[in-house]
Amino acid sequence: MKIGIPKEIFEDERRVAATPPSVQKLIKLGYEVIVESGAGVAAKYDDEAFKTAGAAIAADAKSLWDEADFVLKVRPPTQNTKLKKHETELLKEGAYLAGFIWPAQNPELLEQLAGKKVTAFAIDSLPRISRAQKMDALSAMGNIAGYRAVIEAANNFGRFFTGQITAAGKVPPAKIMVIGAGVAGLAAIGAASSMGAVVRAFDTRLEVKEQVESMGAEFLELDFGDEEGSGSGGYAKQMSDEFIKAEMALFAEQAEEVDIIITTALIPGKPAPRLITEDMVKAMKPGSVIVDLASERGGNCELTEPGKVVEKHGVTIIGYTDLPSRMAKVSSELYATNLVHLMTELTPEKDGQPFVNMEDTVIRGLTVVNDQEITWPPPQPEAPPKPEPKPEPPKPSAAEVEAKEKKALRKQRTGKISLLVVTVLALYGIGAHAPEAFLQHFTVFVLACFIGWQVIWNVTASLHTPLMSVTNAISGIIVIGAMLHLAQAETIAVGIMSFIAVFIASINVGGGFRVTHRMLKMFRK
Amino acid sequence: MSIGLVSVAYVVASILFILSLGGLSHQESAGRGNLYGVAGIIIAIGATIASAAVGDITAIVIAVVLGASVGIAVANRVQMTQMPQLVALLHSFVGLAAVLVGFSGYIDPLVNVTGTEHTIKLVEIYLGIFIGAITFTGSLVACGKLDGRISAAALTLPGRHLMNLVAIIAAVLLGAWFLDTDSMALGVIALVIMTIIASVLGVHLIMAIGGADMPVVVSMLNSYSGWAAASIGFMLGNDLLIVTGALVGSSGAILSYIMCKAMNRSFVSVILGGFGQTTSSAAVAGEEKPVHETSAVEVGEELLNARSVVIVPGYGMAVAQAQNAVCEITKHLRDKGVNVRFGIHPVAGRLPGHMNVLLAEAHVPYDIVLEMDEINEDMPDTDVVVVIGANDTVNPAAAEDPQSPIAGMPVMEVWKAKSVVVLKRGMASGYAGVENPLFFKDNTQMLFGDARDSVDKILGALRNS
Repeated sequence: MKIGIPKEIFEDERRVAATPPSVQKLIKLGYEVIVESGAGVAAKYDDEAFKTAGAAIAADAKSLWDEADFVLKVRPPTQNTKLKKHETELLKEGAYLAGFIWPAQNPELLEQLAGKKVTAFAIDSLPRISRAQKMDALSAMGNIAGYRAVIEAANNFGRFFTGQITAAGKVPPAKIMVIGAGVAGLAAIGAASSMGAVVRAFDTRLEVKEQVESMGAEFLELDFGDEEGSGSGGYAKQMSDEFIKAEMALFAEQAEEVDIIITTALIPGKPAPRLITEDMVKAMKPGSVIVDLASERGGNCELTEPGKVVEKHGVTIIGYTDLPSRMAKVSSELYATNLVHLMTELTPEKDGQPFVNMEDTVIRGLTVVNDQEITWPPPQPEAPPKPEPKPEPPKPSAAEVEAKEKKALRKQRTGKISLLVVTVLALYGIGAHAPEAFLQHFTVFVLACFIGWQVIWNVTASLHTPLMSVTNAISGIIVIGAMLHLAQAETIAVGIMSFIAVFIASINVGGGFRVTHRMLKMFRK
Repeated sequence: MSIGLVSVAYVVASILFILSLGGLSHQESAGRGNLYGVAGIIIAIGATIASAAVGDITAIVIAVVLGASVGIAVANRVQMTQMPQLVALLHSFVGLAAVLVGFSGYIDPLVNVTGTEHTIKLVEIYLGIFIGAITFTGSLVACGKLDGRISAAALTLPGRHLMNLVAIIAAVLLGAWFLDTDSMALGVIALVIMTIIASVLGVHLIMAIGGADMPVVVSMLNSYSGWAAASIGFMLGNDLLIVTGALVGSSGAILSYIMCKAMNRSFVSVILGGFGQTTSSAAVAGEEKPVHETSAVEVGEELLNARSVVIVPGYGMAVAQAQNAVCEITKHLRDKGVNVRFGIHPVAGRLPGHMNVLLAEAHVPYDIVLEMDEINEDMPDTDVVVVIGANDTVNPAAAEDPQSPIAGMPVMEVWKAKSVVVLKRGMASGYAGVENPLFFKDNTQMLFGDARDSVDKILGALRNS
C-alpha cells in the first residue's frame, strides 16, 4: 500500500507529516511512501533527503493524491485553492487518512469523508491511556507550543528574564504567571524558570501541584473548600460560579504584579474560558506581555486577536495560533514519530496493510470514520480513564494509630527492660559462681567486644569486603591454639587433628592477608 | 622465652590487630592497616613457637609454611569476581580449625582444671565446636551458592523452623549429657554426635537463604568464625585468641546489622530465610503497561549530552563481568567533561562492599564511588542514571507503596533523576519477587540484553560519536 505525504496547504503551516527517518520506519512496516515535492521544505527537509530515505517524490499535489492509498497529514483537509478542489475530493475512494481532524468542530468534514468511503483516524481523539502515550501528538505539540510561548514572550518583553545586579544597576527578575498546567503550561514553566524568571502557576486541578513545583514554579492555590477541577482523561472540567469568582479575584491581584501572563486554559469541547478581562489588562504594567495559547478557541484573554500580535493599554497580547508550526523542524519530527507509532499499531503484521481493529480501545478511539459510518464520538470506555484507585485498606483512626504506636513503644520498652534484666542476671551468675581465672578472661573478652564495636563503625562502606577478608585472616589466629596442641600432642589422633588445624588456619592467614593486600592496592583515586 | 615475654608479645599482637581494623576506616590508611595485621600475626606465631611451652617445632613449621604458601598461592590466583566465594571458603576453614582444636582440647587438655572451672571449660569446648561446625558447613554451602555450584534459590523444606528447633534442643540435651559424663569415650561420642547435628544445621540454615541475602549470610558467618575463635581462646585460657575472636565476632555482627538495615529486614527474618514466598500474591494483575525501549546508540548520545551521570551497578554487573567496560565508559565521559559518579547500595552484590571491589579492580577512582545516602540527595539534579543489573535496590515501590513487601527498604532514588536507563536481561522481577514500577515510569528507558553486551555497545557508540 502507498502512503502519501502531501504538502500542507493551510496558511503558514510549515509542518510536514513525515521526516526522512520516519519514512524509513514506514517502509520497514511494508509500505511504499510518496512525498509531494517540496512538502518538507518549510520544515527544512528537502526532497533529496526524502529520496535518500527511500520515498518516491510526486511532482505535484494532484499526482500525489491520485496515487496515495493512505494519506498522512497535519491539518484537517481543506480547500486546495490552486486545484480549486477540496482535499477530501482529491482523496481516492476507500482511502485511509490520518492527522488532526477535530471531529467535534468539523461534523460536515466527517460526512464528506464517510461519503468517500474513507477510513479516517483523528490523532487528536486519541484516548488518554498510558499505552497510547507514544502517539499523543497533542502533548507533543503542546510541549512545543509552551516552549515557544515563552520565547515569543521574551521576544516582546523589554527586560531580562533573570535578575541581575550589574555595575549599571539592579534588574529585577521577570515575574511570570502561567494559567493552566497541562503539557503546554508545564513546558512553559520549565522554559521560563530555566531562563531565570520567577514563575507562578495556577490550575484548577490540585493534583498538578507537585508537577508544577517540580518544574520550578510556585503553585497558586485558592483557599476554596473541596472543589477540584479534574475532569475525565486528565483534562479540566468547568467549575462552579463561586470558584470562578475567586479565581478571577486571584488573577486580578496577580495581573498587577506579574510582567508576563501565559494562558493555556482549555476545556475539551467548550470554547476557551475567559480568564483575563480588559480591566486586568489595564491593571498590568506597561510593557507587559500576554501570550494566549487558547487563542484558536477564542482566547483566554478578552482582547486576544487570534493569529495576531496586538498592543492594548500598553500590553502586548500575542495570539499566534501556529506556535508549533513556528518550530516546524522539531514539531514535524515529533509528529512524524507519533504517526509512525500509529502506523505500527495499525500494521501488526508489518505487511504494509492497515488493519483496523475496532476491538482495540486505542484504535477505536482514533477512528472517526469507518466503513461509511461516522464512528465519533467513541463509546465511553468501560474502564474510566483514571485508574480505579486501589481499594485502600481502611485508614486506621488517629486513636488506633496512637494505640498502635503506644503498643509498639511498650513492646520495645519491655524488650529493652527484659534484655537488661537478663544481662544483669547473667553477669550476677557469672560473678557469683565463676572462678577467678575465667573472670579475667571474661573481662578481656567483653572489653575486646567493645573495642571491636567502636573500631568497626568507623570502617567506610566501600572497604567492607577488605574488612571481611582481613578479619578472616586474623581469625586465623586460632592457629596458635592448634600449634600449642600440636607441640604437646600425646596421642597420634590429636597430633593429626592439630596438624590439619594448623595447616588450614595458616591457609587462612596467608590467603586472607594476601588477598586483602591485592584488593587494597586496587583502590586508587 | 619466658611466659612474661610471650604475654607481652600477645599484647602487642592484640594492639596491632586493633590498629589493623582501625586502619580500614580510610582508603589511604587501609594498606598500612593490613600490614599491621600481618605484623601482629607474625609476632603471635613467632612468640608461640619460641615459648617454652612448645617442644618439637618441626611439624608446626611444616604445617604453617605449607598452609601459608597454599593460602598465598590461592589468593594470588583468585579473580576479584570470585571474592565472595573465597571469603566464604576461608570462613569455613576457621570453623573447621575450631572444631579440630576443640576436639584436641577435650582429648588432650593443655591445662588441667577441676570443679567449676572444669565444667566451664567443657561448656567452652562444647560451644566452640558447635559454632565451629555450623560455620564450617554453613560457609561451604554459602561458598557453593556463590560459586553457582549449588542453586542460589532458597531451599524451603516444609517445617524447616521446627527441624532447626529440634536440632538445637537435641544439641542442648546432648550438652547436658556431655557435662554429666566422666568417661572420655562417652564424651567424645557426645561431641561427635553434636558436631554432626551442628553440621547438618549449618547446611540447612544456609540452604534456606536466597542469593540476594548473601551479604548478610557471609558477614554472619564472618561473625561466627570470630566467636568460634573466642571460645577456643576461653578453652585454652589464651587472651590473644579471645581478643581477636571478639574483634572479628563484633566486626561480623556489625556488618550483618548494616546489611539487614539496608534491606529493612530484621536479622531473624533473614536467618530464617525463604524470602518471597509470602509475597507471591502481591503480583499486580492489571493493564499491560508499556515500557520504553531504547538502543545503545541513543543511550550513548544521551550520556554525551548529559552534565551529570550516575551509574548504579548491581549484581548483574558482576555476573556479566561488565565492570571494565563500565570503567571505560566512565573514563570516556569524564574526558568529555561529564560528571560521572557511581551510587552503591549497601546490599548490592553478594558481599558487603562487593561492588566497590569490582569497580576498584576496573580502576574506577574510589572518590567518585559514593554510598546510597550521599548520592540520593543529588538524584534530582542528575541528568541520566544508568542502572546496570540492579532491580530491588532501585525499586520505587519501597518508598511509595506501603503495601509492597519491600516497603520501607532504603533504595537508590533513581526515578528522581531526569532520565533513567535500565540495562536488563528481560522483564523478570528481582530477587524479592516484586514488580518494579521503575521500568514503567515515563522517564525510564529499557535497554534489554546481556549487561556486558549492552555496555560494550554503548562504549562503541560513544567512541564513534
